[in-house]
Amino acid sequence: MLRYAFIRLLSAIPALLILITLTFFMMRAAPGGPFDRERDVSPEVRAKLEQAYHLDESLWKQYGRYLTALSQGDLGPSFKYGDRSVNELIAVGFPVSLKIGGLAMLLALLLGGALGIVAALKQNGVIDYGVMTLAMVGISIPNYVFAPLAILLFAVTLGWLPAGGWNDGALSNLVLPVLALAAPQVAYIARLMRGSMIEVLHAPYIRTARAKGLSERVVILRHALRPALLPVLSYLGPASAGIITGSVVIEQIFGIPGIGRYFVTAALNRDYTVVMGVVIFYGVLVILFNFLVDLLYGVLDPRARPQ
Amino acid sequence: MRSLFLALTLLLSCTTAWSQTLAREQVLHKGNGPEPEALDPHRAEGVNTSNILRDLFEGLTSEAPDGHLIPGVAQSWELSEDGKTYTFHLRENARWSNGDALTASDFVYSLQRSADPATASNYSSILEPIENAAEVTTGKLPPSRLAVFAPDAHTLVIRLRAVTPYFLGLLNHASTYPVHRPSIEKYGARAFRAENIVGNGAYKATEWVVQSHVLLSRNRQYWDDAHTTIERVYYHATEDLSSEFKRYRAGEIDWTESVPVTQVRWIRKNIPQEFRVSPYLGVYYYGLNLTQPPFKNNPKLRRALSLAIDREVIVKKVIGTGELPAYSWVPPIPGYKQQTAEWGAWPREKRLAEARRLYAEAGYSAANPVEVEIRYNTSEDHKKIALVIAAMWKQYLGVKTRLVNQEFKVFLRDRTQKKITQAFRSGWIGDFNDPYTFSELLYSKNGRNDMGYVNVNYDSLLEQAATEIDATRRMQYLEQAEHLMLEDQPMIPLYFYVNKRLAKPYVVGWQGNIMDHHYTKNMKVLAH
Repeated sequence: MLRYAFIRLLSAIPALLILITLTFFMMRAAPGGPFDRERDVSPEVRAKLEQAYHLDESLWKQYGRYLTALSQGDLGPSFKYGDRSVNELIAVGFPVSLKIGGLAMLLALLLGGALGIVAALKQNGVIDYGVMTLAMVGISIPNYVFAPLAILLFAVTLGWLPAGGWNDGALSNLVLPVLALAAPQVAYIARLMRGSMIEVLHAPYIRTARAKGLSERVVILRHALRPALLPVLSYLGPASAGIITGSVVIEQIFGIPGIGRYFVTAALNRDYTVVMGVVIFYGVLVILFNFLVDLLYGVLDPRARPQ
Repeated sequence: MRSLFLALTLLLSCTTAWSQTLAREQVLHKGNGPEPEALDPHRAEGVNTSNILRDLFEGLTSEAPDGHLIPGVAQSWELSEDGKTYTFHLRENARWSNGDALTASDFVYSLQRSADPATASNYSSILEPIENAAEVTTGKLPPSRLAVFAPDAHTLVIRLRAVTPYFLGLLNHASTYPVHRPSIEKYGARAFRAENIVGNGAYKATEWVVQSHVLLSRNRQYWDDAHTTIERVYYHATEDLSSEFKRYRAGEIDWTESVPVTQVRWIRKNIPQEFRVSPYLGVYYYGLNLTQPPFKNNPKLRRALSLAIDREVIVKKVIGTGELPAYSWVPPIPGYKQQTAEWGAWPREKRLAEARRLYAEAGYSAANPVEVEIRYNTSEDHKKIALVIAAMWKQYLGVKTRLVNQEFKVFLRDRTQKKITQAFRSGWIGDFNDPYTFSELLYSKNGRNDMGYVNVNYDSLLEQAATEIDATRRMQYLEQAEHLMLEDQPMIPLYFYVNKRLAKPYVVGWQGNIMDHHYTKNMKVLAH
């Protein structure tokens, strides 16, 4: 197991290196630079700026410089937010993104899982159809539509919740963004859970369990739930990626100071170091998450354990 | 009956008095657009950053709510007879927010820092009227050679390169604000973090949560603190206009940065009294690349295309938030005679007939139409305008138009290179309330002259204006220059901008002004 984990982690290094290289050169291939503005700066000032950020050096030299700094954990200074480093921007923004992302993931798992189980148990009943219709709606409505509608209803019309802002992560400020971020994932997980639960419930060992006279509660929780969770678990990797990309929009709409919004704004500003920093950071996160899911898979399903 | 009348009058006056009562909590929430880049006045760039800096710092001059110039740190000044040397007398009670005295040498240090190429100020050009500034900003002379002197603690002398009638107006621009030397020396790059900033404005920074808000609180050391009312002001980062609008409606923001154009109809219908529109010092135009076909050496075609655009339709039907149709380049500025094109007053049919005549003279016809490409950066509004203009050109002249949408930085690069652009959308916002801030864009050597416009007579008129002592004659040079340039039609002015924002009726003490500069120290929050 340990050996497996070690090999898996080792194999992440070339993946990350490819990610870093591709992002670095793609970003530089995009026309325009960080100091191109509607109001042009003088050639002298531009030269000073380029010199300060080493943009006057060859691309390969810059790449080497970046990798050297990165190996020491230094993501460089931001081009746009003059006196802040990328490390600092991520350190400040990530706890915020983690809070809404983590809560959204938890909500998606608990609510999606519960809804899926209920639908499976009441297969082809009113509840099943209701849940599945809701799930379809959840999947079909993108969160950039859901979020403004939720704000309009709960903040503007009813006045129950704030329309945006962070307010140090107060509960009332969390509700709408977490809901908006979780909604599509709740829907996916409910559908997955329902499908796998129905399949498991038809398995011979469940029939045996029931024949032994076990209560329905014990049958579901002790015998059916664990195998039924496997497909949901393997979906957690893509779900985390979905929540990260979702946060790009949600953080913008709710004015939340996370790092999701840098994905778009930094790319548009050609803030090279911020783009690189955020991509690498999230790249590491997604790789780690998938790795953990794989390990967990082995715990839940002995067949999946590496030999 | 009489007693009833009296009672009513009494009631009414009570209501009026009540409505003017100040709110117990003087806290203002302003929407402020994108996140400020840095709160260093000498490296500030965006309008949103300057909005905050205006509360944190104060220049030698300042502005009243209507935008007219008033004394700032300098309580009075004199101008020498040749119009080239200003002597400023600083307030003796001016202090930094940490209690240190603010002296003339602080201004000497700050102006030198602002001009120093090592600071890499985006706006060092603002200092150019000062003697030696151009040489200092280009690194040819050391910053100590900037012609700014402090004969004593409260007297500051600034020598100018040439007569500059708008110079006093530049002294409330962020790049001329004083900065606190000991803090910069102590904290270096971290001197402009909320916890370290030492300013001299009516407010001081209390908290800066990146991508969320900047919180300022009243600076008790400010020389005119007795007249400040608002205790705390939040500048919320509101990059997304429709989110800002919703937060305004939910009562979380009292004063918005702007409004989403798509909501203007709803706003006009439901909260018209909160919708505040006023003229703004900016022009929206289509630049024409004069270095490539079809516009190279083709003034008749350029003229025909300009005549065929019905600006009234654009401002009323396409945008519809009170913008003014533009038939000249320089927006309305006091003391300057706008060079409105004669045909601006013609009836539409006459304009179109003239457009068709010029189009034919340029060698085009329905059978042999010109093909024009309109380039614009991604935005719903730019797209709508481009579509309408293409439709007008097609309908009235038969022009074949292709629309090219580009991401902003790609768009800027193409414009600067002048190789593939033909017609491109653009806008220009004045830095100070003087026509020169517009005229200079078309100067042949200007880095943002993306039209590639070169006219030696135009350049020479601008140069004459730059050295002219007589204010009237100077304006005349600038007027002549604009007239000459409009004849050449290197660009097509479309409309003059307006400021548009939502403000709760209980926020008072401010009014629309052409620079859109607002100081929180003048504002008050009424009980509501």
